[in-house]
Amino acid sequence: MTTDVQGSVTGDSIFRDPRYRAIFYQILVIALFVSFVWYVGHNTAINLEKRGIASGFNFLSQPAGFGIGIVLLMDYSSQTSTHLDVLIIGIINTLAVSISGIFLATIIGFIFGVLRLSKNWVVNKIAAVYIEVIRNIPLLVQLMFWYFAVLSVLPLTKDSIQIGENFLINNRGVSFPAIIPSNGFWLITVAFLVAIVASIFIRKWAHKRQDLTGQVFPVLWASIGLIIALPVIASLIMGNPFTVNYPEFGRFSITGGWSLEPEFLALLLGLSIYTGAFIAEIVRSGINAVSHGQTEAAHSLGLRPGITTRLVILPQALRVIVPPLTSQYLNLTKNSSLATAIGYADITALFAGTSLNQTGQAIECIMITMIFYLSISLLISMFMNWYNKRIALVER
Amino acid sequence: MAIVKTERHEDLPPPVSQTGVIGWMRENLFSSPLNALLTVVSLYVIWWAVSGIVSYAFINANFVGETREDCTGTGACWVFIKARFGQIMYGFYPVEERWRVDVGYVLAAIGLFFVLSDVVKDKKWSAIYMFVFVPVACYFLFYGGSFGLEVVETSQWGGLFLTLVLASVSIFVSLPLGIVLALGRRSSMPIVRMLCVGFIEFVRGVPLITVLFMASVMLPLFLPEGVNFDKLIRALVGMSLFSAAYMAEVVRGGLQAIPKGQMEAAKSLGLGYWQAMGLIILPQALKISIPSIVNTFIGLFKDTTLVLIIGLLDLLSIVKAGTTDKEWVGMATEGYVFVAAVFWVFCFGMSRYSIWLENKLHTGHKR
Repeated sequence: MTTDVQGSVTGDSIFRDPRYRAIFYQILVIALFVSFVWYVGHNTAINLEKRGIASGFNFLSQPAGFGIGIVLLMDYSSQTSTHLDVLIIGIINTLAVSISGIFLATIIGFIFGVLRLSKNWVVNKIAAVYIEVIRNIPLLVQLMFWYFAVLSVLPLTKDSIQIGENFLINNRGVSFPAIIPSNGFWLITVAFLVAIVASIFIRKWAHKRQDLTGQVFPVLWASIGLIIALPVIASLIMGNPFTVNYPEFGRFSITGGWSLEPEFLALLLGLSIYTGAFIAEIVRSGINAVSHGQTEAAHSLGLRPGITTRLVILPQALRVIVPPLTSQYLNLTKNSSLATAIGYADITALFAGTSLNQTGQAIECIMITMIFYLSISLLISMFMNWYNKRIALVER
Repeated sequence: MAIVKTERHEDLPPPVSQTGVIGWMRENLFSSPLNALLTVVSLYVIWWAVSGIVSYAFINANFVGETREDCTGTGACWVFIKARFGQIMYGFYPVEERWRVDVGYVLAAIGLFFVLSDVVKDKKWSAIYMFVFVPVACYFLFYGGSFGLEVVETSQWGGLFLTLVLASVSIFVSLPLGIVLALGRRSSMPIVRMLCVGFIEFVRGVPLITVLFMASVMLPLFLPEGVNFDKLIRALVGMSLFSAAYMAEVVRGGLQAIPKGQMEAAKSLGLGYWQAMGLIILPQALKISIPSIVNTFIGLFKDTTLVLIIGLLDLLSIVKAGTTDKEWVGMATEGYVFVAAVFWVFCFGMSRYSIWLENKLHTGHKR
């Protein structure tokens, strides 16, 4: 073996040279990959032909012909609606349970994460027990428990548990009064949106004023006041343009009002309690990651404990918390696919389940479902990256 | 004029309110009015929960009996679990063949003891025993077909036994696969890297259920006619590929933490890529990622319950089937509480082991 002038090793054959070897290996990998894909595709084509299944997306426009338990924001009839409608309903249901789950899990997680850090021994241990118990039991077991052992054994409709006059709990779910908008309701919606926009501007203005003059403006109270007052004023102007529909005992079931189905409730409870335990650990480690000197420095500057937490500790802790929090949100969304096991009509249960079985279009159904989850993952991580960049440490 | 004491006064004990139980309580439970309120509320919650659980699970529970009629108490009826215990543990594995499963457990337990504990310092023989002998022996024991053992089809496997098989095989396959994927992701060859990144990110972006659906519905389509895997193998393929992607990310984290100088030093000593990786980089990288690897194992163990959806009779799904039995109406709570307890014991045990290991492996300076 000799070494040439450039310093690269030239040996007995060209394969001793790392550069050529890398190219050779990569060609080999491509060849293997392509032949694998070709082999699988070839087999699939033969198998599909044998079973008489035409591939393609034509089945999306065929009528679905089955009933769906939970339909939000859409009209659905088992006769005329197509598999495309089924897909859209599945997506809406998945998003509905994921978004409410993320909201609830964040609240539970932050509460227990802070309690876990409490100096109060009893409170601290309660939070520890919650985290250690919930994290170590499979989510599916918890969902089954909520659905079959808790919500299914609630009283029958006629013996509903009543909280107050109009809040009913029974084994068909939870019913509460509904607000049915009538003519002129748009003004209330507009007022609500205006209040939110105004709050954002007030916040900006207050920041600027504090920077210039040092005077503090109570942004939170002003915003809450606006968000409540403006819609109320709008409602009074239009003469209360809505009717309240109370749940009532019908012949067989409860009619009127809004209700949450037990499937949805079980999934929501299970997902948010499970994910909440993980978020609590993330919050705890995030707050622990802020060095104690920060608290001491803030106190020595004369900041009160509440303000210290809000303005000094939390902003720094959030930097540590946000990345793992994102992956918990993603996990929650992906775990919502366990809905299949308790009969909540999410995209996996409806489209990769019922539609697939009815049409036999296995590849198309599963691919569309996977692409849906992949795009959700991408969207959430893009949003969180943007947020993360916004709150990240700005260094020189 | 002796008002000034000349000799030293004996040290007084600290005030009672600051030491011992009272001091501790003042410090930790009643340091402020809010704290005191929290303590009282929490104690009430604890009392309520503990008394509820104890009276449900023990005081008002039924332990003796054979049938649903023996469930007379207001609390749990553990008769249900007792009556179906064999099924919950082994599924439909023939009763007279169940000793084979037990022998497999014992072999694996011996191996685990020697691999995980510190009794034997040289781990080489324990590792060979655990990772070569035990899997082969367990295959012949569980499936049978040779050495005069009857064949027990995988469709008869079930209960906790199936859960453990699923978890151990997936762990066994996914770790090496994950290491290969992690190395591929850090490779300097762009095509290898792209393929690995594509696989890892794809699998991590979709829920396990869809992967299992894919394995159970689409795998038969991918294979030539006549070749057919049974359901268990399909589930195992899905679970192993799924956890390999997560394992790859964990191992990559470990690899990234190893300074570049290690690789350069290894190369300057004349080691090739595989020698450097196998002897220098991977041992260090795996060591620091052990806690995360164990965490992935815990997640994988919990995820084995998902095979319920594709119709395998694991621990959860055999208990679920039991609760829908007409002879045992209303046993859902008992069943799921029992399953939860079993999983909790396994997962909590693993997480404690991981913490212990983390402390043991922490050979550097520690504050």
